[in-house]
Amino acid sequence: MLLPEGASTYAPKVDQLFWIILWITGFFFFLVQGCLLLFVLKYRNRAGQKAAYIHGNNLVEVIWTVIPALILLALTLASQKVWAEIRYPKEAPAASIQVEILAEQFAWNIRYPGPDGRFGTTDDISTINQLHLPVGMPVQINIRSKDVIHSFFVPEFRVKQDAVPGLPTRIWVEATRPGQFEIRCAELCGLGHYRMKGFVTTEPIADFQSWLMETKANE
Amino acid sequence: MSKFKLFSTDHKVIGIQFLITSLLFMVFGGGLAMLVRWQLGWPGHPLAFMERIAPAGMPGGVMVPEYYNMLFTMHGSVMIFFGIIPLLVGAFGNYLIPLKVGAPDMAFPRLNALSFWMFPPAAIIVLSGFFLEGGAAAAGWTAYPPLSGLKETMGIGQTMWTAGVIVLGFSNIFGAVNYIATILNHRAPGMSFHRLPISIWAMFTTAVLTLLATPVLASALILLLLDRTLGTSFFLPAGLVVDGTALAHAGGQALLWQHLFWFYSHPAVYIMILPAMGFVSDILPTFSRKPIFGYHAIAYSAVAIGAVGFMVWAHHMFQAGMNPMLGTSFMISTMVVAVPTGVKIFSWLGTLWRGSIRLTTPMLHALGFISMFIIGGLTGIFLASTPVDMYMHDTYFVVGHLHYVLFGGSLFGAFAGITFWFPKMFGRMLSERLGKIHFWLTFILFNAVMFPMFVLGLGGMPRRIYDYTQYAGLVHFTGLNRVMSLAAFGLMAMQFLFAFNFFWSMFRGKKAGDNPWEATTLEWTVPSPPPHGNFSGPVTVHCGPYEYSVPGAKRDFTLQTEKTVKGV
Repeated sequence: MLLPEGASTYAPKVDQLFWIILWITGFFFFLVQGCLLLFVLKYRNRAGQKAAYIHGNNLVEVIWTVIPALILLALTLASQKVWAEIRYPKEAPAASIQVEILAEQFAWNIRYPGPDGRFGTTDDISTINQLHLPVGMPVQINIRSKDVIHSFFVPEFRVKQDAVPGLPTRIWVEATRPGQFEIRCAELCGLGHYRMKGFVTTEPIADFQSWLMETKANE
Repeated sequence: MSKFKLFSTDHKVIGIQFLITSLLFMVFGGGLAMLVRWQLGWPGHPLAFMERIAPAGMPGGVMVPEYYNMLFTMHGSVMIFFGIIPLLVGAFGNYLIPLKVGAPDMAFPRLNALSFWMFPPAAIIVLSGFFLEGGAAAAGWTAYPPLSGLKETMGIGQTMWTAGVIVLGFSNIFGAVNYIATILNHRAPGMSFHRLPISIWAMFTTAVLTLLATPVLASALILLLLDRTLGTSFFLPAGLVVDGTALAHAGGQALLWQHLFWFYSHPAVYIMILPAMGFVSDILPTFSRKPIFGYHAIAYSAVAIGAVGFMVWAHHMFQAGMNPMLGTSFMISTMVVAVPTGVKIFSWLGTLWRGSIRLTTPMLHALGFISMFIIGGLTGIFLASTPVDMYMHDTYFVVGHLHYVLFGGSLFGAFAGITFWFPKMFGRMLSERLGKIHFWLTFILFNAVMFPMFVLGLGGMPRRIYDYTQYAGLVHFTGLNRVMSLAAFGLMAMQFLFAFNFFWSMFRGKKAGDNPWEATTLEWTVPSPPPHGNFSGPVTVHCGPYEYSVPGAKRDFTLQTEKTVKGV
């Protein structure tokens, strides 16, 4: 419902936060709209209806300041826990697999370091718009751009990271199920922004390895 | 209005000039949105008459991607810079501040006139892009470099956009100086700060925000202009390769623009909402016949929103490559700013409670404001949560959120303000019947356009996408997008009903007396429309702004110039 089915270790955590916030904001939504409707109906001007002369009430005002503040504090703490887990560099899991994404108008250049584990050597494996990731293993993704700002967005992973020229960024992701998903550019990057589409294929590690070899052989 | 002079320095004339001009720009900006909705509802379908209006953008009536980018860029820019800000701040600030504080005019009337007369040229410069080689600016209203900063990626239209917004920035700064000076120095005797109407508190906070934030935008725009025209590299890093050509820029930072831009543009969101909150705070007590609930809390929460509003800018940049720890601190400040916002909403509910509610058109718009703004506010909490924002950022969820704040909030607030003060401005009443039809249809159609945006966003649809059917995962949203587009066309059509009511009533409406709403603040003690100089004699203020239903008083409202039996 509402959100596409998740496919990374991030997804359940982000979705859980989403649902918690939806329940809390949903409660306040109905509370406020309900009061609004009720008061308008109940205190509608009629013959003999006289308004009360009230300037406020300190206790009530303190209560409706403090309670939302506490709820927001709790939400901040819950969000921070997930945020640190998925984004703080020191929390990143050791990733044996690396991939580099170099965005340009209007394509995703994907590069794997090959058997030597180093980028910029002859055994690098390159593709365009085709990102393959193994299931069940954290992968380090280095994101760069060569022209304008793009944004790497895979809805099923719940991942979005801008690709900023001059500012290499590093994220990690761990796929949880095999499948094929779309990479949608999420930052306006020019007239071809709408068609800056790529694909992620998540597959068991053995399939991933053989895809790498096949791709290298076809280069 | 009998001696209406085009180049008047009367604050009321300038206010009305701002009002009419900004409403015209909103019609234009709304029209741009209709074209956007056409493309989203029926991607690639021809719209025959557009061939003649925009032969390059819509050859054969079929929209090209560049033109789509120009449309949403100019829609956002026109609505924000030439619509909402001049409407809420320019029109109402000018019209209301002297009247409500008991002054004959603004502190600097000539500067005030200059502030208005810089506004149409600024708009003309920005819009001139449509008639220039390569078309109008198309980098979004946020104009992120390098896209906006390179001659290779954006044409002369982007340069004009940058120059025009600089001019507008100065217009805003001049206005702000005037508002602050007038509110601080030109209050009538007895008009202490704690007797100011909430709308004036809101305008004061807005003016301070404008004065402190706009120069930062102006500086950023000047740097961008230099990058574009003189080949400097403030926002352009080394190593850029565009279309296979390596560029000579080096040493700039793309993220610097985003920091400077949002340092202005997030406070600008409060510039666009605080005045509307102020109008609603004036209107609710009037039509509830009850003092506002928690005057001090509402007044100081506006100040708090303004102050904290300066510390939240980078929540627009959680996924922009900033250090994630910086994301944490901006998440905290963003959550904090929700607290005073909540206080206002609860206080408005408290004002309605045990009132005697008159459902006039301005009151309906004020209630609509609360009802819609709460959705805008609550959806902001999702975006404040950094992990959830990682998913929602730059999707239609954000588009929905901002339209609930800026249309649901600012525009319903503006409609409330216009329908409330129209009798004072023109001496005649608007048609209540047309006003109510306009309110209800606008309210329903607005929700029909904007609420589905949350569904699209949660489904992973990015914003600023010319043809979402490119993505297999989004094709199933075609039907929903079509319904939204139809509702949008209806919403636009409804605004012509408002325009008709506005101009018809200006000449044919029922005559309004000095105080048709039986309200309490100073503008209702003078004739409608007020003469040049506003007040015929010295004004002395004896009580607070919302003394309704005072026990023992002979009427259910006590003007601020009257002594109350009881009260502050």
